Amino acid sequence: MTDYDVIVVGGGPAGSMAAYSAASKGAKTIMLEKDRDIGYPVRCGEAVSDTGLRQFVEPKPEWIAATIKKIRMRSPDNTIIDFKSLMAGYVLHRRIFDYALANRASQVGAEIQTRAYVDGLIVEDDIVKGVKYQYMGEKRTLKAKIVIAADGVESRIGRMAGIRTAIKLHDIESGYQVTVGNIDIDQEMIDFYVGKNWAPGGYLWVFPKGDRMANIGLGVVGSKAKDYNSHDLLHKFLKEHYPQAAMLTSVCGGVPVAHTLKQITGNGIMLTGDAARMVNPVSGGGIVSGMHGGKIAGEVAMEAIAVGDVSSKGLAEYPKRWRKAGGKNHEALHRISTSIKDITDDELNRIALRVSKIPREERSVLKIFTVVAKEKPKILLDVTRAFVGA
Amino acid sequence: MILVKDNRCDFCGTCVAVCPVDAIELREADISIIHDTCIDCDICIWICPIDVLSSDKGQGTSND
Repeated sequence: MTDYDVIVVGGGPAGSMAAYSAASKGAKTIMLEKDRDIGYPVRCGEAVSDTGLRQFVEPKPEWIAATIKKIRMRSPDNTIIDFKSLMAGYVLHRRIFDYALANRASQVGAEIQTRAYVDGLIVEDDIVKGVKYQYMGEKRTLKAKIVIAADGVESRIGRMAGIRTAIKLHDIESGYQVTVGNIDIDQEMIDFYVGKNWAPGGYLWVFPKGDRMANIGLGVVGSKAKDYNSHDLLHKFLKEHYPQAAMLTSVCGGVPVAHTLKQITGNGIMLTGDAARMVNPVSGGGIVSGMHGGKIAGEVAMEAIAVGDVSSKGLAEYPKRWRKAGGKNHEALHRISTSIKDITDDELNRIALRVSKIPREERSVLKIFTVVAKEKPKILLDVTRAFVGA
Repeated sequence: MILVKDNRCDFCGTCVAVCPVDAIELREADISIIHDTCIDCDICIWICPIDVLSSDKGQGTSND
């Protein structure tokens, strides 16, 4: 006897998409969120592309804090490079957006429970059969045919099922971010700072949030985090650039910039979103990729239940479809991100100087790439390898 | 032994993600180290964005 067809653990965009796609195909579904609120706290830069979002939902004005039209990159010596944004993009209000996605899942029949902390799995004959959780301190169990783990960067549910999810230091960014008020920035521009002065092995972002507000944050690659503290780096930046900024929110968080896990299924279990390491390892963006992973997971879960095979083998369509949907591109991006982390400040400065000499209207990806390759031939080699799959 | 500074943690889970032996318990607003499982590799100390964790190694005062 099972209580549900599908239990989704975690109520972020990946979890809500998984719950939506399973429930809309007729699965009896429940989503468990450990915190008291869906969508809070926000540990995210909140930027998405219009086309990315539109694959899954029609963007609503109330989700959008700012519309991105321009991109600015700054080298360590503060050479400024401006681009026109090729794609329409948004900085979201994740609090509102995540809520809307969960609400959408509920409207096709998914149940949702907050303050439900999953602390164990029910495993019988080597097959995951449900979860043990605590609701407001009270121990409970729920049985299901499939558990979808969308439990974020921590990815403990997968570990409970014997999947190795622990992330290596060079594959995670240690991040700190604030939402600030009382600052004057271009509300149509996203602004990036690179180099070890601001964000060793990562980048610092200033994203507009409308009404003289901004989301400002940075990530330091884990392998350099012993010597650099992201909280201190961000406060140093704010003091130098926006001393009048008022803190409306300050949070920290980890961004997995890893290769997607080799194993994202087990018997009766599927991992998705940050928990499966689906974040774009170059940009650190995980909203759209998480939604994509969640959608596929929910669909495959229902198909496997329909044919009565929820074993890892029965769920094999999931990694297959994920790879087809962009997983292969993801692998290439991971290889590129690995070499980007090794670029020195001097190399970044030289690249920026060269790019700044290209007239703005001629700054195509190819031209910039040529410049990068001149300064850092190894990247060209890595990228070529990435695309030919060597 | 890994120590948790009182009232400093933001409960973001970054330490949980890197822990090679799953020795950190984290809830909405509660963190604890499972000392029996912990191997004192210290990587949770390095990755924490806000210096919540520390080690008592080298202090020479621990009796446990």
